[in-house]
Amino acid sequence: MVESLIENWGFPEWMAYLIAATIPCVLLLHVVAVGALFFIWLERKVSGRIQDRLGPTRVGGKYGWLQSLADGVKLISKEDLVPAGADSWLFRLAPYISVSCCLAAYLTIPFAYGWVAQNLDVAVFFVLAILGLEVFGVILAGYASGSKWSLLGGMREAAQVVSYEVPLGLCVVLPVMLAGSMNLTTIAQVQSGWFTSWLIFYNPFLFVTFWIFFTCALASVNRAPFDLAEAESELVAGFHTEYSGLRWSLFFLAEYGSMFSVSALAVLLFLGGWNGPIPITSWIGWTFEYGWFWGTLGNFVGLANFIFKCSLGIVLMMWVRWTLPRLRIDQVMTICLKYCLPLVCLMLLGNLMWPWIAGPPSASFVQKRYEAYQHLHPEPTTETEADEETTAESNSVAISLPQQVNEKQKVVLTTSSTTDSSLPLQTN
Amino acid sequence: MDNILWHSVFFWAFAVITCGFAVMVVLSDNIVRMAVALIFSLSGAAGLFLLAGADFVGAMQLMIYVGGTLVLLIFGVMLTAQGPFISLKAGSGDWIIAVVMVGLSLAMLLPMAWSVPDWHGPAMGASETKTTKQTALQEEAEADQETVVVEHNVSVTEIGLSLVGVRTDLNQEDQESGQLPEGYLLPFEIVSVHLLVILIGAAYLARAKRPRKPTKYP
Repeated sequence: MVESLIENWGFPEWMAYLIAATIPCVLLLHVVAVGALFFIWLERKVSGRIQDRLGPTRVGGKYGWLQSLADGVKLISKEDLVPAGADSWLFRLAPYISVSCCLAAYLTIPFAYGWVAQNLDVAVFFVLAILGLEVFGVILAGYASGSKWSLLGGMREAAQVVSYEVPLGLCVVLPVMLAGSMNLTTIAQVQSGWFTSWLIFYNPFLFVTFWIFFTCALASVNRAPFDLAEAESELVAGFHTEYSGLRWSLFFLAEYGSMFSVSALAVLLFLGGWNGPIPITSWIGWTFEYGWFWGTLGNFVGLANFIFKCSLGIVLMMWVRWTLPRLRIDQVMTICLKYCLPLVCLMLLGNLMWPWIAGPPSASFVQKRYEAYQHLHPEPTTETEADEETTAESNSVAISLPQQVNEKQKVVLTTSSTTDSSLPLQTN
Repeated sequence: MDNILWHSVFFWAFAVITCGFAVMVVLSDNIVRMAVALIFSLSGAAGLFLLAGADFVGAMQLMIYVGGTLVLLIFGVMLTAQGPFISLKAGSGDWIIAVVMVGLSLAMLLPMAWSVPDWHGPAMGASETKTTKQTALQEEAEADQETVVVEHNVSVTEIGLSLVGVRTDLNQEDQESGQLPEGYLLPFEIVSVHLLVILIGAAYLARAKRPRKPTKYP
């Protein structure tokens, strides 16, 4: 992308990098912001229907589809208050920490084949680390508000998230183990083909693990029935009791943003990522093997698949929220440490044993895993060639997949002449 | 303005964040603000690692150091702080000890930093600014395997393989000649057992101490 900006459009190099970096940032920002607008409206509609109400009906004509925009305008026009007893610096800082952690998680989430801002080799690990940090904003808000309700909410959140990180991390190990990579693109590529090749259907242990993952993810994004940090019936509004206006809405932006990123993670790890249930795009030839244009078309179908599946995950979260009553803090801890954790350990062992039960993985799975890995780490053709190649060149071959490569790799891209033109994403 | 090396720009940005917040940790007298500043400082360091292409180390930094400090903040600071906003003032004796300690380690680190002949890595060689000197250095580095800076992206797979005893980053010839490099299996196992001992110890210390019920029927 940088290359084409320089060569075809005549931008100076520094500006080309700037543009190439700005485009994914702006796109991701819109995924979060527009997603939050839509999902807040959806939450109100779903909760209304579940409770036999209509939900919003007026703003924007049919179905009240502009309701969240009206809410947003209202929130922006509210006064920005800081309580007298609060630590004002930390109080002002807290919502921004939540939002920026939420946004950072999106950097490594691929939305379709190769459509990822940063194709990190440790993407799964990175997303988990970032999601763990998001609680920081909540705790800070709880502490800095100078209110007992807020502090209680913050402490509950802390205890909850710190404990649920353990089973969540273990759940993620299973798909990573099968795919042999922590790269989310690779993990999704392994699941291409019919829906039976999605990892959730790989064996019964993974099926159970998906539901454990879902439970833990629900807890880690602080949604009902695990929303103890803001339990309205006990703590007024928990950690955001003292917040108003835009800062309050930033917390909700972060909440809906992380709901999306958590279900994106679930979709990528277990539900086939951008691969549809039926491999239509490969039947009609919308893949990168037939050229850049057809591949991009196929990617749009994949994007639609991916977003649809993520939205389904979010609807499931809403369904759970408006169906189950809130748990007590001791019940939350019991579910985590006495049920989820031993269960996921058992599933891990079962998954390790699976080849003894059902035989080695099928040849097609191994082939797909090999191909997905080869995309990321192509072997040098012969040994002598590898020696002759400068290290910079081998570096440029190794990053054939990512659309946006990090700064270091970008530099290498421009220096080396051996960019593989058959690979789609460097040419656009 | 001919060209901006974004790599350098981001390096300086992260360096300023890291150092600035580190100074804030020292100068602030509110313990929670100190912890927050420490978290920002550590995150800046994670940014530096990610910028250098060490994705795994960067993510580890975020997970262990930043996440660990977070837990420290929660359980160490918030639960033990007596007042709502406890303040800590360092005495002059503390300052003297701190300055001496930091000065000593700085005196040790700085000569090491300057003793490196040239900081040439993969990221420094941008196309426009690649001088003949740097190319020469690169060629020299290629010629001499001893001084080679690891210039290819070490992926997590390689790190994982070397932990279980297979060094993929070494020459193929060495492995074929029967002199297999042993990797890091032994240290890895030692650390694993060590962590297991810690886990068992923590579980032992934290277990509910039930009074032993007197048996009714002896």
